[in-house]
Amino acid sequence: MNHTVHAVRRLAVAETRLFLRDPLTAFFGLLFPVVLLGVLGSIPSMRKASPDMHGMSTIQLYAPILAVFSLMLLGLNALPSLLAAYRERGVLRRMSASPVRPALLFGALLPLYLGIATVALLLVMAVGPVLGVALPRQPLGFVLAFLLAAAAMLSVGLLLASVVPSAKAGNAVGALAFFPMMFFSGIWLPREFAPAVVNRIGDFTPSGAAVQALQDSWAGHFPHAVGLLTLAAYALLAGAAAARLFRWE
Amino acid sequence: MAVIEVAGLRKAYGRRQVLEDVSFSVERGEVFGLLGPNGAGKTTAVECCEGLRRADAGTVRVLGLDPVRDAHRLRPRIGVQLQQAQLQGGLRVAEALELYAALYPSPRDWRELLDEWGLADQRRTPFDKLSGGQRQRLFIALALIGNPEVAFLDELTTALDPQGRRDTWELVRRIRDNGVTVVLVSHFMDEVEALCDRAAVLDGGRIVATGTPAELVARSGAGGTLGFRPTAPLDPARLAALPGVTSVRERDGRIEVSGVGDFADQVTGLLAREGIVVTGLRIREHGLDEAYLALTRHDS
Repeated sequence: MNHTVHAVRRLAVAETRLFLRDPLTAFFGLLFPVVLLGVLGSIPSMRKASPDMHGMSTIQLYAPILAVFSLMLLGLNALPSLLAAYRERGVLRRMSASPVRPALLFGALLPLYLGIATVALLLVMAVGPVLGVALPRQPLGFVLAFLLAAAAMLSVGLLLASVVPSAKAGNAVGALAFFPMMFFSGIWLPREFAPAVVNRIGDFTPSGAAVQALQDSWAGHFPHAVGLLTLAAYALLAGAAAARLFRWE
Repeated sequence: MAVIEVAGLRKAYGRRQVLEDVSFSVERGEVFGLLGPNGAGKTTAVECCEGLRRADAGTVRVLGLDPVRDAHRLRPRIGVQLQQAQLQGGLRVAEALELYAALYPSPRDWRELLDEWGLADQRRTPFDKLSGGQRQRLFIALALIGNPEVAFLDELTTALDPQGRRDTWELVRRIRDNGVTVVLVSHFMDEVEALCDRAAVLDGGRIVATGTPAELVARSGAGGTLGFRPTAPLDPARLAALPGVTSVRERDGRIEVSGVGDFADQVTGLLAREGIVVTGLRIREHGLDEAYLALTRHDS
């Protein structure tokens, strides 16, 4: 047991180094959300509070969207392409010939990706006040929403990694899932401005539900149960399907 | 005591039967070769021993354990070098060794292995930047890092130049000298001849012969070739008629007689009886190469 913990810890250290060594994923995973926040926040009209948005500014709406955006990048893009590449190269096979079950790799990768998304979020929250974005006013609901959102995105990513045959196909399928999710997250058109029917559909996508739950708690309300349950359902169903379908070679 | 016992092993991929009734055993401390042409089922057979594949039928015991059912107890005691596997591209040599050391309950000191396998200069080199030989050494080091009792090495010299192969052979001997039982998968006869105490020849999913390299040569009836230049005329037909002789070739006054058994004694006896003096006498015993070809020949 002790030895398993040791193995997972070494795996996590190795994967963290590898993540940081790849400048592109490291930048997009860690820094892109805060950079985007800075760019958007530098536009004066974005910082203006509007009565249409319950007295919030556009940049305030974008903060949770950017938090979800980093989860999407990690879950739908980085994780599936990494696992597909590991499978293609035989990394997973080599590991399965050792005493450690390759499933322990998930024990290293999922906390790592959660950690990266958390750092990206903390950076957004640290820079936010400069641009008039207050800290989340319902911290408990916010943490819960963020953890469920992360679990949902990473599970969907694992499911993608389970069904794609190759790293190339992984990137393609990841992109196919990525753009609708981006759309429903409101990154192009924040949910406040979108037609009701789009929001209604979006409520039942992982990204739409995640953004809504984070926005609510940021504004001081406890997130709606439906949204949290939607995220939990994605996490459980996609996670269970991935566990059944994942191939090591 | 047998370290590996395989009996009646069968395995099919879909409708393609890869192994049919394969049986062999490996004794503690020996280097055992599994050899055969590509597609003979060698890799499948070792993967069944490593627990990476489940046999359709038959029994496989490694260190007395079932490789699939008792995987968690067996894996810490075996080391594996896979034919086609890579590591994470950016993982450095020292990091790979440190990582894999952490996957085993009682590993060797990975720094020692780094020096032992001549990888000290590459300790900070990422996997993707290693040469074929360096990768191979790293994989052997990874196979040994858990202090295994049995090491499985699959096609370990395929990507190497002749010098690299000789160096690797030296390393395999070193593994054996440390008391580790080695199962070596190969399609190179010279490799098996140089390294293995015993070997099994697989062909078309069946074991066609098992024994020491010398026994395999003898069993195949590969024999040898006797070449000489007679100083007086000699009718090749008389040589061909001798017992054991399989072929006689004559070129530019030089005669080459191939045969099996005591054919050479027969030939020299004839020469002595006829009083024919010969020059340029050469005897070549057929090696495992010829034996292998004879054993895996499909037209017979």
